[in-house]
Amino acid sequence: MLLLAVVVFNFILLSLVPGDIADTLAGESGGASQEVMDDIRRTYGLDRPFHIQLATYVGKVVQGDLGTSYYFNLPVTELILGRIAPTLLLVVTALVLAILIGTLFGVIASRRPNGLFSHFVTVLALVGFAAPVFWTAFLLIVLFVAMLEIMPLSGLVDPTTPRGTLTWYLDVLHHLFLPVLSLSSIYLASYSRLARASMMDVLGSDYIRTARAKGLGETSVTYKHALRNAVIPVITIAGLQFSHIFSGAVVVETVFTWPGLGTLAFESILRGDTPTIMGILFFSAMIVIVVNLLTDLAYRLVDPRIRSARNA
Amino acid sequence: MTLHDNPRSPSASPEACLDTAMHAVDNKSATFEDAGGSGANVQRLNPGLAADPVIWAEPKTHREEKMKKFLVALTSAAVALTAAAASAEEPKRGGTLTFSYRIIAGHFNPTIASGTPTGIPGTQLFAALLRFDDEWNPKPYLAESWDISDDGLTVTVKLRDNARFHDGKPITSEDVKFSIETYQEHHPFKPMYAPVKSIDTPDPLTAVFNLSDPHPAILLAFSSQLGVVIPKHVYGNTDNIRQHPQNSQDIVGSGPFKLKEFKPGEYIILERNEDYFLEGKPYIDRIVYKKISENTSRVIALEKGDVDLTAFESDAPVLDRLKKNEHLTLTPDGYSAIGPLEWLAFNTKRKPFDDKRVRQAVAYAIDKEFILKVLYGGYAQRSLGPIHPGSVFAPKDVNPYDYDVEKAKALLDEAGYTPDADGIRIRTTLDYIPAGGTWKRKTEFVKAQLKKVGIDVTIKASADFRAWIKTVSNHEFDMTMDSVFNWGDPVIGVHRTYQSTNIRPGVPWHNTQQFQNAEVDAVMDRAGKELDRDKRAALYGEMQKLVVDEAPIAYLHTSPYHTVFNHERIGNPPVDSIWGVCSPWDEVYIR
Repeated sequence: MLLLAVVVFNFILLSLVPGDIADTLAGESGGASQEVMDDIRRTYGLDRPFHIQLATYVGKVVQGDLGTSYYFNLPVTELILGRIAPTLLLVVTALVLAILIGTLFGVIASRRPNGLFSHFVTVLALVGFAAPVFWTAFLLIVLFVAMLEIMPLSGLVDPTTPRGTLTWYLDVLHHLFLPVLSLSSIYLASYSRLARASMMDVLGSDYIRTARAKGLGETSVTYKHALRNAVIPVITIAGLQFSHIFSGAVVVETVFTWPGLGTLAFESILRGDTPTIMGILFFSAMIVIVVNLLTDLAYRLVDPRIRSARNA
Repeated sequence: MTLHDNPRSPSASPEACLDTAMHAVDNKSATFEDAGGSGANVQRLNPGLAADPVIWAEPKTHREEKMKKFLVALTSAAVALTAAAASAEEPKRGGTLTFSYRIIAGHFNPTIASGTPTGIPGTQLFAALLRFDDEWNPKPYLAESWDISDDGLTVTVKLRDNARFHDGKPITSEDVKFSIETYQEHHPFKPMYAPVKSIDTPDPLTAVFNLSDPHPAILLAFSSQLGVVIPKHVYGNTDNIRQHPQNSQDIVGSGPFKLKEFKPGEYIILERNEDYFLEGKPYIDRIVYKKISENTSRVIALEKGDVDLTAFESDAPVLDRLKKNEHLTLTPDGYSAIGPLEWLAFNTKRKPFDDKRVRQAVAYAIDKEFILKVLYGGYAQRSLGPIHPGSVFAPKDVNPYDYDVEKAKALLDEAGYTPDADGIRIRTTLDYIPAGGTWKRKTEFVKAQLKKVGIDVTIKASADFRAWIKTVSNHEFDMTMDSVFNWGDPVIGVHRTYQSTNIRPGVPWHNTQQFQNAEVDAVMDRAGKELDRDKRAALYGEMQKLVVDEAPIAYLHTSPYHTVFNHERIGNPPVDSIWGVCSPWDEVYIR
């Protein structure tokens, strides 16, 4: 029901945007005539009344058909499925790396809040937050592509590599390195900062004093007792951030010409490819729901209180 | 008259080079632009030696100009000789060419869309009846010969007998008929084939076009992406060709390259058509067409040698940087058919621009040279009227509206727009096509310039292209910065902007200025039916004088488009045709 509301809302919102696909195609053509504009609108059913268009679209979505892209003339579902794997590969890799490394950095820093490493983490976080991701990306390109010449510049894979071979997979990994590094740099900053603050908070609480009083080693106290509690905010933020995957990845995807959903969304908006935009919005709505579910499950995994509270 | 020509020889052949250079030396009266043009040609063959074409475009005193002309001619001759010796190498077969562009089209069927993203791969996949050299001369392509009857009402085209589609079926006059009819029905440029009443196919290799009026644009319309031949047996099976799946996948073409793979939004891979009708061609095995939308990324890819060729590069900092690279050559050649112009258009039906004197005042008040030098880094060329300076019909002896603040003020006074207490005469708005940062800067500059003559401008930025085109095509603007292409023949791309019969709200790039002038209409009408090039040129000369004086548009400059290629890798780059990269790349080879 909620999803249906999302679909209707998206449709109405997008129909408020001035101009349509006929204007876009005419623009790309460098000219047009009335006949061609009418021809295009008729082809895509844009000449019909608004409520009919809406009803047709909702009817199709209910049957699992997200329509056909005006621009690529391909089923939207096919288009999105083709793009979702590169985006997930990029975002999940970057996010997982950022969470693991960021949390580790935060934990180490929290053990000596005024130590050298802690200051390093603070500075890293500041720089990570402050540096625009496209700038980071370009600096990485300058270093790795232009100067060291060890990384490829753009794309998911060299188009001439035969698909499915080992070389192909290695080439994808090779192409993945810089985008992931750029994207995780922003995430890394927030996670290390978050983990550090959260750990320091937890390390000051009563049960940690008790654990120390029991004579447990510092490593055991930190990683077994404190981390488990300190990681809850990290999970919350990770869940929220995952819902932003498209927006966060758009810039990185554009700079590296990564064929993901972010670029598809961005370009479709510019092109006025309404079915594709609505398809992507629909997909992201679903992803938000799924990720919220996963976040709740993760809470249960790390926090026994939540488990028992729900069971009671 | 019968036009019959041999297939053209490779452009970089020694003869061709010498010809150009000798022409420049012999013809002492060659215009400044002529000399610059041949120089630019030479530069692309041997960039290390040639002088900078940009310098030649700068205004000089008469004496300086004469001297320069002579020097250019001399240098051209010398450089051409060296270049001729250097390029005497035979084109090689094999290799992969990597081309990169900002955009990748959604499909590659030029019969239903005119844009260059469709046209560049489209002209590789599909052959047209004719091709054009860089001096506006038609050459045989799919057509072996062609004939225009004396009354200009019948055009007979003979096809070569060895041409086949990519699926092996022969290319016949039926396919030609079907293709041109598809253009008539679905292509955005209606005037292109409007006079074609019917097409007869007396035999499989002869197509006869029956025209309602003489149509001087028809030969040009038979070339590049404006006149490709598509197979009837593939595309004729639907009444909805716009959504035909084979517009983008499994394309059955007629051109030098076949579609191997298309990943929407990412890349296209084209492969040599082994059964191409021009023996021994094309030379390259494979074209990889990659989308790199980010300027910086594309620059690095070119510098590193990952990309061999790009086109339509227009950003001055990008061009500056690429120019410094010793492996790369930049050339403004190959854009004269597309004829891109950038201008400031007025809504002549709105106050105060319903008064010609106000429009002229605005034209005088803008320092065009500053725009060219500072905002465009010298990469664009001044344009003085409706027709692109690269055209044979380019404007001559029209009022250039040279920068003159006093004259602008005087005109405004005369029109009755006197300054108020704040020194402001007119409050108005300026829209601009949202096509990159330079447009925004240019708009800001014009605002500052007009302030000096007492015109207070509010800049209206559009969220995206569609929003802008909607505003302008529905006449909801005072002034707008625009970019419009000539598309080769004035009938196709110029008339539309000035014809009083072409004021059609909602349609992009009609006569959005709502300019109405019976005399201009009449002259264009005659020029559009005149087959004699000289007589036509005279008519367009007259038309442009009228239009420039009426000033529905303040003409600024050409688009600074450049083709950039790695001259160490590429031989015969596709720049020796008026169509540039939108012409078949069957003579390009990898060194």
